[in-house]
Amino acid sequence: MLAATIRITRDFDVAEECVQDAFARALATWAQQGIPKNPGAWLTTVARRRAIDVGRRRDVATRSQRFLVTDDADVGREVSDGDFEDDRLRLIFTCCHPSLTTDTQVALALRMLCGLSTTEVAKAFLVKESAMAARLTRAKKKIALARIPYRVPERSELRGRIDAVLLVVHLLFTTGHTSPVGEKLSQIDLVERSLDLALMLRGLLPDDAEVASLLALILLTDSRRGARIGADGEFLALADQDRSKWHRDSIDEGLALVGASIRRGRPGRFTLMAAIAAVHSSAAHWDETDWSEIVGLYDLLLEAWPSPVVALNRAVALSFAEGPLVGLMAIDELSTDPQLSTYPYLAAARGDCLERLERLPEAREAFEEAALLTENHVERDFLRLRIAQLS
Amino acid sequence: MAEYLVLIYSNEESWAATDEAFSAKIMEGHSKFGEKHGAALRGGNALEPSMTSTSIRTDAAGKSVTTDGPFAETKEAIGGYYVVEAADLDAAIAIAKDIPAPFGGIEVRPIRAMS
Repeated sequence: MLAATIRITRDFDVAEECVQDAFARALATWAQQGIPKNPGAWLTTVARRRAIDVGRRRDVATRSQRFLVTDDADVGREVSDGDFEDDRLRLIFTCCHPSLTTDTQVALALRMLCGLSTTEVAKAFLVKESAMAARLTRAKKKIALARIPYRVPERSELRGRIDAVLLVVHLLFTTGHTSPVGEKLSQIDLVERSLDLALMLRGLLPDDAEVASLLALILLTDSRRGARIGADGEFLALADQDRSKWHRDSIDEGLALVGASIRRGRPGRFTLMAAIAAVHSSAAHWDETDWSEIVGLYDLLLEAWPSPVVALNRAVALSFAEGPLVGLMAIDELSTDPQLSTYPYLAAARGDCLERLERLPEAREAFEEAALLTENHVERDFLRLRIAQLS
Repeated sequence: MAEYLVLIYSNEESWAATDEAFSAKIMEGHSKFGEKHGAALRGGNALEPSMTSTSIRTDAAGKSVTTDGPFAETKEAIGGYYVVEAADLDAAIAIAKDIPAPFGGIEVRPIRAMS
């Protein structure tokens, strides 16, 4: 099992990990509730959930229907296997209805689509279980009383509704892909669920560049699944992965999708993130990674989506494109940002640059700071290992 | 099907600053709205300004206290309403979007079904 810290500090798989973390952060919870003391715990806690088998997923969707408005024709109809895909699409559009706040949308999606318990959703949002239970109850009540429809919106409405859905599907993928706590590196069921949803959305809006790009991002990132874990179950950083183990078909499909999205003109967030993932996918070896291209894409991403976490990722990419000193300076410029002040990945990224500069005592200090800020004990262990390796 | 109370909020000061031609244009907008969605409309009216409102509260002793003005003092006051019948919230929102609402906005609220 591994921690996001590993990825940032050792290989810095920018597109794959950090941006996704940032994305999750962007999901407005903190905009409303303020930045928690340890933002890194957000995704860490999100991932604390038990495994869910397909049967339970179906169960969740079926149970979820009870309070949802269905067309009269649907009443009393048996839910068959064939309906299940449609159910999930309907469910996600119901959860992501604009009449609900963004954080409620995400909470509902985690609860309804992923089968997280209320306790787990509460942990993900760093709120008390009673508060989350109340929020979910309120949301369900509103869905029922205001008759938020349980269906995929009309074609004319789709475009206005899709952004919220893309955010949530991406969050589902992220939480599955990075699952920092627990025995396993990833939660494949969550990853596959997000992939299914992305495919369905693509079927729904085949001409939408951002929809295609989200699918591309998931395919490209998930193509590395088989190469991320070593023989002993240890995490293998992007730099250390056997790239022949990357899933070629997923990469080809992802590259084709992102290429088409870019040709459509002014790229959105997902297109830029998928493009960054594509640069990694196109490099036969770590040493061939086109870091200046990645920095350029981050410049665009930062414009489309100004976030200190994106800026941090850009700084780390810069450390590979132009050297650790340039990277370190860019990172230090961000260190006064209140949103990043307790962000363990900033300290870890500093430590990595300092280590590459052979400023070992400072590197040690930075890694120690990161270890203190990280709540995940595996991350902490990894950072301690890096500290031990310094001497 | 369900019924929704569609409340039209607007800034009265901004309204007061408009001329007759503007009012006529908005009224025409409401006429068009009525023609388009007549089948779904169960009622609706424009209201006199909020300064004509009277609010009644019950105090701690259970006595009615009558005060001048709307119940909640806000910049945007309710200027009118429609009662709309729609299959679901999306349908109600789609209808409500056609209501002219300069200087404010629209609130869509489900009416409780009494059985």
